[in-house]
Amino acid sequence: MSLNKKNSLGNRILIGVVFFFLYAPILLLIFYSFNAADSSVVWKGFSLRWYAKLFQNQLIIKSVYNTLLVSVLATLIATVVGTLSAIGLYSMRRKFREPLLTINNIPMMNADIVTGVAMCLFFVAALSGWNYLASHYRLIIDLFGTQYRVTFHQLSLGFGTLLIAHITFNIPYVILSVAPKLRQMDKNLVDAAQDLGCTWPQAFFKVILPEIMPGIVSGALIAFTMSVDDFVISYFTAGSSTSTLAMQIYSMTKKGVTPEINAVSTILFGVVLVLLIIVNVREIRAEKAAAKRVY
Amino acid sequence: MKNKRSLLAIPYVGWMAFFVVAPIIMVVIYAFTTADFSFTGENFTRMGTFTVIFTRSFKLAIIATLVCLLIGYPLSYAMAKEGKGFQRVAMLLIMLPMWVNFLLRTYSMMSIMENNGLINQFFAAIGLFDLINNVFGTDIHYFKMIGTQGAVVVGMVYNYLPFMVLPIYSTLIKMDNTLLEAAQDLGADTATVFRKVILPLSLPGILSGVTMVFVPSVSTFAISRLLGGGIQMLLGDLIEQQFLGGAYNPHLGSAIALVMMVIVVACMWIMNRFGEGEEQAVML
Repeated sequence: MSLNKKNSLGNRILIGVVFFFLYAPILLLIFYSFNAADSSVVWKGFSLRWYAKLFQNQLIIKSVYNTLLVSVLATLIATVVGTLSAIGLYSMRRKFREPLLTINNIPMMNADIVTGVAMCLFFVAALSGWNYLASHYRLIIDLFGTQYRVTFHQLSLGFGTLLIAHITFNIPYVILSVAPKLRQMDKNLVDAAQDLGCTWPQAFFKVILPEIMPGIVSGALIAFTMSVDDFVISYFTAGSSTSTLAMQIYSMTKKGVTPEINAVSTILFGVVLVLLIIVNVREIRAEKAAAKRVY
Repeated sequence: MKNKRSLLAIPYVGWMAFFVVAPIIMVVIYAFTTADFSFTGENFTRMGTFTVIFTRSFKLAIIATLVCLLIGYPLSYAMAKEGKGFQRVAMLLIMLPMWVNFLLRTYSMMSIMENNGLINQFFAAIGLFDLINNVFGTDIHYFKMIGTQGAVVVGMVYNYLPFMVLPIYSTLIKMDNTLLEAAQDLGADTATVFRKVILPLSLPGILSGVTMVFVPSVSTFAISRLLGGGIQMLLGDLIEQQFLGGAYNPHLGSAIALVMMVIVVACMWIMNRFGEGEEQAVML
């Protein structure tokens, strides 16, 4: 869009002020991660002491590990399941597809807290059902004349339920970003490939997958961002034994945040900043190269 | 062949039945039952006692949404008019804060707004409090911000502004320049072009931005706890307390969650009527 007019000074100032508003708290946070004092009000000189302390703080390290593990696993599973489901859904008749897509939208539409408490209720009920069975029944398997006794573990909210919750709220984002690519794709391509002797898996890997790849990648990125950023749904589904970084921060905001948290956030922020710059520089280069090829 | 391919969706359909539909059915069951699971409508009638919290939640969420729109639309518009390189950097800068956990950003916001925080230190340094005390004969040394509704709104705007900017910006930048030129050629001045062409065409972006800001604002509990100083309770706090807090009563909590869900769905339905026929704006 353009109205053939240069941006006025007022617009530039608006952009500047809003970005100042968005970044002031973050810059302050980064600034105080280098503070020698253990406060985020008083500045007592530069120090890396909180970075050193961070690596000894098992609670924080463990929560960062949990966050990354659940995000990576949930993104991988959601990307595979979401992509296959998107293909499946778009091969369905409209009559079946429409209601299923509506259900697919529910986790995105609902407030996080509603999704969180709904899953919390469901998991607690399902687990207590399982635990009742586990404590009352034993499975006895007769294998090659020897009897094996299988006992079931008692289960509670934890990493497993957290992972299921993350997968559940990630899949809709993958489907939503893969679906437009499927719609754009020429349906005859797959038929042509199969007419030319491709088996269905070959057609999938050689024709469909390359066509919808950009959608898959952006879906996976959104899913990963959502997972890392999530607090509310994790808070209701992770139980008391497992904790993500966001949950750790929340419990610390009640007692007072130590600058170790500033340090870990500064590191994460730095990593993301560098990654985004690399991705953007590569995109700009690719665009320039593409522009050169045209002329 | 076609039907075989649709089988790929079967696992996910099962997954949704378990982890999307069943949990919502659980919420409905809990909302209509007592602790020993006999039917009751009492959970809903009891909600009358929380009218203050309901009104406050909706009031603050509506204000925050309007503020986001009033800042977000001009910002998106200004960004869309810039050159490509500038746009790329601006987009990056809008997305980047989302990678710092929102609780931490809000906590940082809290330390800025505290009685001895940066803002009050700044006002003291420029002599604002001395001036006020001299003129009005008062004795104040800080503005109290934490614990006010204003602080909660600032927190909501700060956290959810990107959700307003992204969809509006993406509809603005996709807009066909020739349409604007045609309008101008036909004699429309800048204000008319904006009112009759740009604004209607960006409506889907506005609608999706409004829902993306309103829904998390009306249901938040962390922002109100941090910036509201524990005295500006919102619906989110109320629900959270029924499940994990002191006032343990998942039946009442479910009823409140159900009401919230119904209101959100109703809002979305109305919104969709407005933007009917328009393409849904892309999120993110």
